[in-house]
Amino acid sequence: MSEAIISMKNISFSYENKQILDHINFSVSKGSFMGLVGPNGGGKTTLIKLILGLQKADAGSIQLFGQPIEKFNNWHKIGFVSQKANAFNKGFPATVYEVVSMGLTAKVGYLKFFQKKHKEKIKEAINQVGMKAYTHENIGNLSGGQQQRIFIARSLVNDPELLILDEPTVGVDNENVQRFYDLLDNLNRNKGITMLMITHDTGTIAEQATEIACLNKTLHFHGKPEAYKRISNEEWSHIYGHNIHLITHDH
Amino acid sequence: MLADFLEYDFLRNTLFTGIIIGLIAPLLGTFIVVRRLSLLADALSHVTLAGIAFGLLLEKNFALMISPLYTGIAFSVFGSILIEKLRGVYKAFQELAIPIILSGGVGLSVIFISIADGFNTDLFSYLFGSVSAVSKSDFYSIAGIAGFIIIIIVLFFKELFTLSFDEEHATISGLHTKAIHLLFIVLTALVIAISMRIVGVLLVSALMTLPVAASMRFAKGFKQMVYLSIVFGEIAVIIGLITGYYLSFPPGGTIVLVSISLLILSIIISKQRSKATS
Repeated sequence: MSEAIISMKNISFSYENKQILDHINFSVSKGSFMGLVGPNGGGKTTLIKLILGLQKADAGSIQLFGQPIEKFNNWHKIGFVSQKANAFNKGFPATVYEVVSMGLTAKVGYLKFFQKKHKEKIKEAINQVGMKAYTHENIGNLSGGQQQRIFIARSLVNDPELLILDEPTVGVDNENVQRFYDLLDNLNRNKGITMLMITHDTGTIAEQATEIACLNKTLHFHGKPEAYKRISNEEWSHIYGHNIHLITHDH
Repeated sequence: MLADFLEYDFLRNTLFTGIIIGLIAPLLGTFIVVRRLSLLADALSHVTLAGIAFGLLLEKNFALMISPLYTGIAFSVFGSILIEKLRGVYKAFQELAIPIILSGGVGLSVIFISIADGFNTDLFSYLFGSVSAVSKSDFYSIAGIAGFIIIIIVLFFKELFTLSFDEEHATISGLHTKAIHLLFIVLTALVIAISMRIVGVLLVSALMTLPVAASMRFAKGFKQMVYLSIVFGEIAVIIGLITGYYLSFPPGGTIVLVSISLLILSIIISKQRSKATS
């Protein structure tokens, strides 16, 4: 088995007396493309917040790159593209270049300025996501899909080994969703960046990911896409609860 | 028009102080506006007023010669830290901190003023600015503090920018967001306190926000907006001071009116431009 980049053991988390996560054992191995699906309120975003250290688990342990999260300080190895990237302040006056440069702020460090090598790195990342022509455009003038590419570039300047994406395709039109997946696929295969992606798109993810996990308070499934595709309708309604079952029958 | 300003010492102090203020108020104002904290400047300016009233009270009743500039700075910085504490207490209603601090500042000011049995025109000049109020020592203090503020902003520019754009991302990437935010608030308090001699306590926030609002109509990027805001700020201060002097109006009023004119002009020009391109 290849090295685990994320490893969670017996993780439980509750918020205002409501149990969100219940004894989760979850791991992401190096080089994989993990798709994380599950109903709203099922704890997907919470799981990611725990991994990013934005929330603390009530019980259990998390290891990142083989280190306990409490001791982990190589945060530049982890890139994060949030759902909120879609809902950021559109009027904010920043060029594509400026937004991507922010990815390097912490790495360059306090009391230091961007040097030539940093500037090259920023341009390279913009180029990698295919947005070179927009370098000096205002980020607010771009489409949803283009903006998400820029936020990926903001992570890429740090040469991340793990990219975590929280529903990055919300607000991206269908045509561009495929191009977006192609970009992720390319980064995963050719750059060897491990991917962990939350998505609502339970169908497409089976074609893109190398592993899939289904989360609704507990981990209902954790395995290969081939096995994921064999999940029966009854099992789906069990995972999603009865409401979703009814909606799928309405279609 | 500028002749008097270069000839008389007191006017020269005012003009140079004005040029400094025209630079730092919009510089910090850019961060305030993009973080949607424009009203914070208002709250802090009213706390500064309480500090000034306290300083004038000491001067009048106890013959203590502490410049109200320093009591103003002390109150403003203290108020800024208090706002941060209050925002922590009311996490879901962070804007509550602003009316609490603002009314507290005005309340204290009124009491200090009445203890001192009402002040003279001095207070009026603190409220709306004055062309003749900047002493040589005030000028040196203001220049020194402004230099300090500029150095800090240059050194922490990328952190302040990153924090303004996306606080969550800044936290994840390992920046000490709380400390940077506190630094930012304290800088704001300092800028307000040293600007009041020229534009007056009640109009300081205008010089921090109006030039930024105008430059926002044109700027594509953040740095561009910073530079443009400073240009608008300087135009407003210089024209405002000169017209205020020749027409005997408090410069706070004229500076704000010039700023608003620039703002209206910017809106008209940018609308014409977008019509022409579409």
